[in-house]
Amino acid sequence: MSSNPHNATSQRPVLELKSSSFTVPLLVLNKYDLHLISDQLAFKVQQAPEFFKNSPLIIDLNILVKTTTDLDLKALFDIVRKHKFIPVGIRGGKPEHNTAANELGIPVQSTTQTNRPAPKPQKIETTPVAEQQSDNEKNQTKIITHPIRSGQRVYAHGDLIVLSQVSAGSEIMAEGNIHVYGTLRGRALAGVQGNSGSRIFCSNLQAELVSIDGIYKINDDLNDISPGKPVQLFLKEQNLVIEYL
Amino acid sequence: MARIIVVTSGKGGVGKTTTSAAIAMGLAKRGHKTAVIDFDVGLRNLDLIMGCERRVVYDFINVINEEASLNQALIKDKRCNQLYILPASQTRDKDALTLEGVGKVLDELSKTFKYIVCDSPAGIEKGAHLAMYYADDAFVVTNPEVASVRDSDRMLGILSSKSRRAEQGKDPIKEYLLLSRYSPKRVNLGEMLSVDDVQEILSLHLLGVIPESQSVLNASNSGTPVILDEQSDAGKAYNDIVARYLGEDVPHRFINEEKKGLFSKLFGSK
Ligand SMILES: Nc1ncnc2c1ncn2[C@@H]1O[C@H](COP(=O)(O)OP(=O)(O)OP(=O)(O)O)[C@@H](O)[C@H]1O
Ligand SMILES: [Mg+2]
Repeated sequence: MSSNPHNATSQRPVLELKSSSFTVPLLVLNKYDLHLISDQLAFKVQQAPEFFKNSPLIIDLNILVKTTTDLDLKALFDIVRKHKFIPVGIRGGKPEHNTAANELGIPVQSTTQTNRPAPKPQKIETTPVAEQQSDNEKNQTKIITHPIRSGQRVYAHGDLIVLSQVSAGSEIMAEGNIHVYGTLRGRALAGVQGNSGSRIFCSNLQAELVSIDGIYKINDDLNDISPGKPVQLFLKEQNLVIEYL
Repeated sequence: MARIIVVTSGKGGVGKTTTSAAIAMGLAKRGHKTAVIDFDVGLRNLDLIMGCERRVVYDFINVINEEASLNQALIKDKRCNQLYILPASQTRDKDALTLEGVGKVLDELSKTFKYIVCDSPAGIEKGAHLAMYYADDAFVVTNPEVASVRDSDRMLGILSSKSRRAEQGKDPIKEYLLLSRYSPKRVNLGEMLSVDDVQEILSLHLLGVIPESQSVLNASNSGTPVILDEQSDAGKAYNDIVARYLGEDVPHRFINEEKKGLFSKLFGSK
């Protein structure tokens, strides 16, 4: 046996580096008070413990650095870890924070849209849903006519139209808008490649999570929405707004 | 060409084996040559429910490994000459089942049988995947409680994406809902989901509701598929299900609480 890593010509390589993109919650800190941060984080987690458990998290320091000079990043990371988050990045910090973060093994994310390393995903690995048209066509609208079941994921490079239900435990994502004409019980993420102008339209909103361009609401935030009434969701000044149609 | 039916659920203990035995017997009794296969390697339950556990010589794995022929392994039912049972192995581990091996056995059975009923193990792992992979129809057995409904939904996702039909771009597997262990009384008390609640979540074609019934326990203790107990509510429910599956228009029953007649009110009979 040769030790040449390329010798297994007939087989798949043991590894592939693929570009991908994820939606990661962002923790925006407005005040540098470690106790308060810990308390309020505990409160948030208590509202949806399973949802947040071991969830990755990026900490946004943009506001803090304007009022605080000596930030203890290690203490911050310890707090979020204590609440079962996994810190995977900071953003909006000063150069000294970036250095400190890197020393702690935490990467630095860029804040501005244009600098954001936003590689276009080649192909998202999902429980494939039988599809009616090629997945690779950019900006194509994808139409799904059958129910999307728990455990399934659907990704559309353009708009996504679902004529059936979206079950709890499933996830639909689109780079553009999302329309759901059945009951939406799963997760729906629109504008996933950074399109803050995208919207979600839905005839019966009972979602586990809805998100536009990474700004999201969880089911607990939707308690005031009457089920069965058509709604649209869009971003207004960085807030996710829900309006009856 | 045989029609391959998988009886599946995701969640364990919901009544898959009870259902497999009943519908296989029901189809056979109507004159269709039927084989029922136990995919639950390591547990071997079906032969007990069918009452043929003392006649097992060879099993499904022996056939896959070509240690026995299909004819040697198939057990002919003593009550109905159109029904054959292919038991699972109690001693082998689950890895003995392979996609190719299962395909080969199903192909061979397809030549002479009209229906092949596959009793799936619980879960969504390999055993369950192999049981559903070649299916034409899926009987999704669900109990009226949230965890079971959720698991069925998940199984439906797998049926629509990971079956041979999905992979070859053929017509999808036909999916049917069998709501089992249903108790209208407990539904009315708010302790169980109703048929409508379940349908709201799954939106599936309802093949039938099987009531919670002591007759199921009695039947499995005596090794008789419950469908042969024609007086029992569960037996009737399974008979209806087989009839509907074969295209007969049979009204649904066992959905609403039975109104006690004056006679039984006065004399307290069951
Ligand atoms: N309609 C019913 N009424 C009462 N008891 C039932 C009914 N259906 C099934 N049972 C009981 O529930 C138990 C599980 O049934 P069964 O073995 O058919 O389920 P299963 O889905 O095959 O389980 P597993 O996932 O372990 O294979 C058995 O004890 C059976 O007698
Ligand atoms: Mg079983």
